[in-house]
Amino acid sequence: MGAGTMTHKGQPSGGGAMAMMALWGLLALFAITMGAKAADTPFAIHMFIFALAAILALIFKARSFGKPAPDTSGYMDEVVRYGAIATVFWGVVGFLVGLVIALQLAYPAWNPDLEWFNFGRLRPLHTSAVVFAFGGNALLCTSFYVVQRTNRTRLALGNLAWFVFWGYQLFIVLAATGYLLGVTEGREYAEPEWYVDLWLTVVWVAYFLVFFGTLLQRKESHIYVANWFYLAFIVTIAMLHIVNNLSIPVSVFGSKSYSLFSGVQDALTQWWYGHNAVGFFLTAGFLGMMYYFIPKRANRPVYSYRLSIVHFWSLIFLYIWAGPHHLHYTALPDWAQTLGMVFSIMLWMPSWGGMINGLMTLSGAWDKLRTDPVLRMMVISVAFYGMSTFEGPMMSIKSVNSLSHYTDWTIGHVHSGALGWVGMISMACVYHLIPRLYGQKEVYSLPLVSWHVWLATLGIVVYAAAMWVAGIMQGLIWREYDANGFLAYSFVETVAAMHPYYVIRAFGGALFLAGSLIMVYNLYRTIRGAQPVSQPVGMVSAAA
Amino acid sequence: MKHEALEKNATLLLIFSLLVVTVGGFVQIVPLFFLQNTIEKVEGMRPYSPLELAGRNVYIREGCYVCHSQMIRPFRDEVERYGHYSLAAESQFDHPFQWGSKRTGPDLARVGGKYSDEWHRQHLVNPRNVVPESIMPGFPFLASKTIEPKGFGANLSAMNLTVNNGNGAMYSQEDIDNAEADLVAQATGENTDGLMQRYPRAVARNFDGDGKVTEMDAVIAYLQVLGTLVDFSTFKADMSR
Repeated sequence: MGAGTMTHKGQPSGGGAMAMMALWGLLALFAITMGAKAADTPFAIHMFIFALAAILALIFKARSFGKPAPDTSGYMDEVVRYGAIATVFWGVVGFLVGLVIALQLAYPAWNPDLEWFNFGRLRPLHTSAVVFAFGGNALLCTSFYVVQRTNRTRLALGNLAWFVFWGYQLFIVLAATGYLLGVTEGREYAEPEWYVDLWLTVVWVAYFLVFFGTLLQRKESHIYVANWFYLAFIVTIAMLHIVNNLSIPVSVFGSKSYSLFSGVQDALTQWWYGHNAVGFFLTAGFLGMMYYFIPKRANRPVYSYRLSIVHFWSLIFLYIWAGPHHLHYTALPDWAQTLGMVFSIMLWMPSWGGMINGLMTLSGAWDKLRTDPVLRMMVISVAFYGMSTFEGPMMSIKSVNSLSHYTDWTIGHVHSGALGWVGMISMACVYHLIPRLYGQKEVYSLPLVSWHVWLATLGIVVYAAAMWVAGIMQGLIWREYDANGFLAYSFVETVAAMHPYYVIRAFGGALFLAGSLIMVYNLYRTIRGAQPVSQPVGMVSAAA
Repeated sequence: MKHEALEKNATLLLIFSLLVVTVGGFVQIVPLFFLQNTIEKVEGMRPYSPLELAGRNVYIREGCYVCHSQMIRPFRDEVERYGHYSLAAESQFDHPFQWGSKRTGPDLARVGGKYSDEWHRQHLVNPRNVVPESIMPGFPFLASKTIEPKGFGANLSAMNLTVNNGNGAMYSQEDIDNAEADLVAQATGENTDGLMQRYPRAVARNFDGDGKVTEMDAVIAYLQVLGTLVDFSTFKADMSR
């Protein structure tokens, strides 16, 4: 029944397609004009990249003329396939850049002292590649997959999902090249400049329309819990992105802008954004994955329906208050710091409620951990989620934070969450998805998945342990006094003391990267020779 | 209301989610624009001069904030190591703020005046020239990148459009008109009367020793002004709080 109602949307025939081509042409011309009048070189480069993308979109649209209308009766899985592959690609890029900057910290000679490749520019490249490119593509592709299955309907609004995918890749390319060229707003995890932010806003609205439109046309009466998390993630990120990136461009033809707020107000706006980039981008959306893929993989229902309701509402309500714990003992008023600490501690409960709901879903299926390394990866990721959501509230306590803040302990905490929870659940989902999207029963080699699981786990443990020792030591050295009441160490002595731990950390990162390369080989062998399959709407296939 | 109503109505689910995630930010952020201790005025604070602003933009561009904080916490060890704890007012003209989140290198909130220009120049070219254990990257290219004074006033005009907590325009028309002259004056140390009048306590000299206005001049000018504007020998915390 989907076929009759859907085929008219997004088809490359008639006036609609001509209008789309005209729109892309106009956008390309607009970008070229902007580029020609650019006040600075990076802005010109970005406008030409944008024009190139618009021209490619135009050509792609034109080439579809005269071809038979594609079959739109089944699930729209081609965009999910692209998303899964993009997830793997950007993941490896992000991990690799992470290893490079870890080596730069251990051995400063790894900084070429050239403009484009110093630590200060590569670090945002690493964080954005992992969070937004790897994590973002994982969220895009799994949300598109899950929302179709759980609502038994094809993605809404025709080819708009393709615009979301390619538009998002363009955002990644503009952000990444911008960092190397020195285009940055200087706001952590929100570095892209005003015009890239505007582009992401357009893409994000399209993403929301596709996701929400699909919910509206669902064939199920209830909206499945995974979709609540995806929906909350999409709307909250829209709110955070827009407010945190408010800024005044110096010129509409230049890349530089000044943020609308300053000082204290700017700091809290940024960390309200920053902590909820963790809470909604890196947590809520990935909990959506947990709620769909763990029950699927374990072939068991979600442990507690009631718990998932409590989990959802308490998590999204509490998370948004936690930002001020990044600003303890700063010029931010005490009441705001205390609110941030109290809500962060409360947040422990919904976080562990979610972890318990995920882990206990395996009740009656624990034996599968012995035979299924993909499920093992999912369970390890949820375990890391539990560990980092205990560590986080602990670090938000002001007296703990007075030691941990500004040190590598924070870096260790972030990575046990980002590598352990986000990375592992994403890669496990890709292991689950790719064979199914290509008509295979399972990945090429489960033993290789097992190798990946243990290399990655070992890598994270080495990484986090090194950073715990380094961070706590650093914090203690800074506040060490000698018998005469003078500071015992100069700052640079703490830098020197970090060296061995930075080397160990780089080794941990290398193990994690090695695991991901095994994944690339495994998935390549899975896809090679296999044909993409399309699944009909409305039935739950044996494979999915 | 049963939860089922939300599970069966996507629009309702959307509206409720949005309401629930809005509360926290609203309660925490909005008051900061009105409370006395977050918008207090402290004697000595002034907007950045054109050269300092240009240097600050380079500081942001190179990602200095990923390793250097500019926020001294009120702890004995931090105050002894870096100086008086940071006041909210000291970052009131910082668009964006640069408090940072990590100290791979030391805090820079009060680095102004602690080292000579030549030390900074050497340190920026190759940090290991002056601090053997340093792991900071070198930025030798700053010395050869010139800053174009022409049109720099647009930066000041843009800053005037930002939120200044009810204090009106940050820069006067005179400041904007003189931006190019002030930029050159501060980087050469010549004809600085107007500059010093508009930007008291500005440090004006040929920072990097060569004739051009370079990014090296700008960054050092910025570093040398950090934390020097408030006179803590006369500042009384209770006066402004």
